[in-house]
Amino acid sequence: MNNTLSFDYVVPGDDFTRAGEASSDVKHKLKQIGYDPDAIRRVAIAMYEGEINMVIHAGGGKAHVEISPEKIEMVLADRGPGISDVDLAMREGYSTAPDKVRALGFGAGMGMSNMKKCSDTMEIHTKVGEGTTLRMTVLAKKKQ
Amino acid sequence: MTVKELAETLSLTVLAGKDSLNRPVTGGYTGDLLSWVMARLPENAAWLTVMGNINAVAVASLKDAACIILTDSAPLDEQARDKARELDLAVLTSRKNSYELGLKLAELLG
Repeated sequence: MNNTLSFDYVVPGDDFTRAGEASSDVKHKLKQIGYDPDAIRRVAIAMYEGEINMVIHAGGGKAHVEISPEKIEMVLADRGPGISDVDLAMREGYSTAPDKVRALGFGAGMGMSNMKKCSDTMEIHTKVGEGTTLRMTVLAKKKQ
Repeated sequence: MTVKELAETLSLTVLAGKDSLNRPVTGGYTGDLLSWVMARLPENAAWLTVMGNINAVAVASLKDAACIILTDSAPLDEQARDKARELDLAVLTSRKNSYELGLKLAELLG
């Protein structure tokens, strides 16, 4: 028996009014399923940050989410500019968000580190000029 | 204490929220940088901020905040108001700044 549910979302670029819709939807679905609340909290944060990053930096992208009883997998893929220095991007406080985005309250430089903290595994595949694919897993059981 | 009781006690104006006004408030948090708040805002907290945009509504909703309280009379923009009403997220406003209101909130919630 296959217990995996999968969902796909298109994250529109530069549309801050819709940013967060995919993560809200995933959170809502997980709640309906009765998923572990701590896992829901971590998925909501990780996915929201990923979504926002695609909106700010990549002109949007796609999100694929798979939910199974053991874990939630999120794959966020964009065809944006890519990340030239991933270690730097992961550093708390480092941000390349433009001023107009900062005025909206973004650009704290916490996005990537929030994703890292909230996920059990996180892989980044990125190529400058081609785009970024981010794969994150959140296990139903808390991180030890 | 519920959001509604909080609003009455602290003379806050309700801008959005219906059933959500009956939610319990168990703590508070203040901050304006959304990713920072995203990482730290406790569930059922009253979030004191000057960010009255749709992204703040998304953060509060994703983190299950009890309500947003806009301090310093910071405006709630139209899209944010519509979204808050759609999600039934309580949004209130105060003339006090985050520091002043935070002190009052701490006195109330102990």
